[in-house]
Amino acid sequence: MKEIEYAAATSVDEAVGLLAARGEKARVMAGGTDIIVQLREGLRDADLIVDVKKIPELTQYTYDPVRGLRLGASVPCYKIYRDAKIVAAYPALTDAARIIGGWQIQSRASIGGNLCNSSPAADSIPALIAQDAKCTIAGPNGRRTVPVAEFCTAPGRNQLARGELLVTIEFPPVTQREGASYLRFIPRNEMDIAVVGAGAWLRLNDKDDTIAAARVALAAVAPKPLAATEVGAWLVGKPATAATFAEAGDRARALAKPISDMRGPAEYRVHLVGVMTARAFTAAAERAKK
Amino acid sequence: MVKKSHVTTTINGEAVEFLCEPRQSLLEVLRDTLHLTGAKEGCNNGNCGACTVILDGVPVNSCLVLGVEAEGSKITTIEGVAGESHLHPLQQCFLEDAALQCGICTPGFIVAAKALLDRNPKPSEHDIRFELAGNLCRCTGYDKIIRAVQDAAAVLQENRS
Repeated sequence: MKEIEYAAATSVDEAVGLLAARGEKARVMAGGTDIIVQLREGLRDADLIVDVKKIPELTQYTYDPVRGLRLGASVPCYKIYRDAKIVAAYPALTDAARIIGGWQIQSRASIGGNLCNSSPAADSIPALIAQDAKCTIAGPNGRRTVPVAEFCTAPGRNQLARGELLVTIEFPPVTQREGASYLRFIPRNEMDIAVVGAGAWLRLNDKDDTIAAARVALAAVAPKPLAATEVGAWLVGKPATAATFAEAGDRARALAKPISDMRGPAEYRVHLVGVMTARAFTAAAERAKK
Repeated sequence: MVKKSHVTTTINGEAVEFLCEPRQSLLEVLRDTLHLTGAKEGCNNGNCGACTVILDGVPVNSCLVLGVEAEGSKITTIEGVAGESHLHPLQQCFLEDAALQCGICTPGFIVAAKALLDRNPKPSEHDIRFELAGNLCRCTGYDKIIRAVQDAAAVLQENRS
């Protein structure tokens, strides 16, 4: 790696100050599992690394059944999937956290880092969109909130402007009879990048098993994580059956615009969108019924 | 030239201080500065797990940690796994079960498996395969490694009872 400066900020204001002063030449580091490789391999450039693992607001998470989950941007993945309360409340999030790299990666890598790396194939982002998560961003002009569904703008790019830092990701409180799931297809058992990923969330009506509300988002089938809002809207009022979820998969396929690359041809990915969408909703519905 | 940082850590139970540049990984510091060459550089990008060390209780790829990030931390490397006069059961079982051929991946596997058994003393085969997915071996086909970890778990269980 080329010579670089390192600063471990201890407050959001300090980090924002460093990022604002250095602009494009400064990069935030949470777990470092992406940025260290990118700097080493020349995929991204920086003169200064701003380590955000010493900022209390970013390293903690708080969960309250009434208020929901507030997840600091640098909390490593393993901490959230080891917390039974978080697994029960936000299972799509913890499904994703459990399969980002192996254990060694999960010991360092954070959901916030996965989001800010903004890969179209990121495992956590469809799960965040499905769970209706919002980002709190701090910058030189104060704080703003952006839905995760609107955060990414292009491969490796997002809404963060000069001096801005992702502080927390907020999840709404969980209501009765809702379930969520994130599934991805990879040719290996573990440790691979999604060929297609699908995050699904739904809530069932009390009286019957019809769907009250639903969301689905997809990885690796568009230049950025794809929120398939039309599919979620179509599902409202439908029975939570295999036939419904198969049709949801067909409708998701129509929205996918994948490219062909080393992980799979576009046609194969489009097919997988149907399969993974149906499976993710089936798993989400099973969890909703528990 | 960028100024070197002074870093204070505990490595394998001993207080260790070192100087490093921000660009240097913990793996580079361990191997080149501290001459702890047990952790191996395989891929240097977080795929292979050959550089696994335990950092504050959790296994990490030391190639993806900067030396400066280790300030104040407790680190266990493969050099700290054995007892004074005897191998750790994992090391003994890897030998007895022939769970290695070229041996490059072995330190990483043993350190990761130690982290696993410290947390989950009775892992199923599935647990072992899942938790060690971050360690790659191009020689054994994994079966002997899985068996060695199972055997070591049994030995550790016996030693406890």
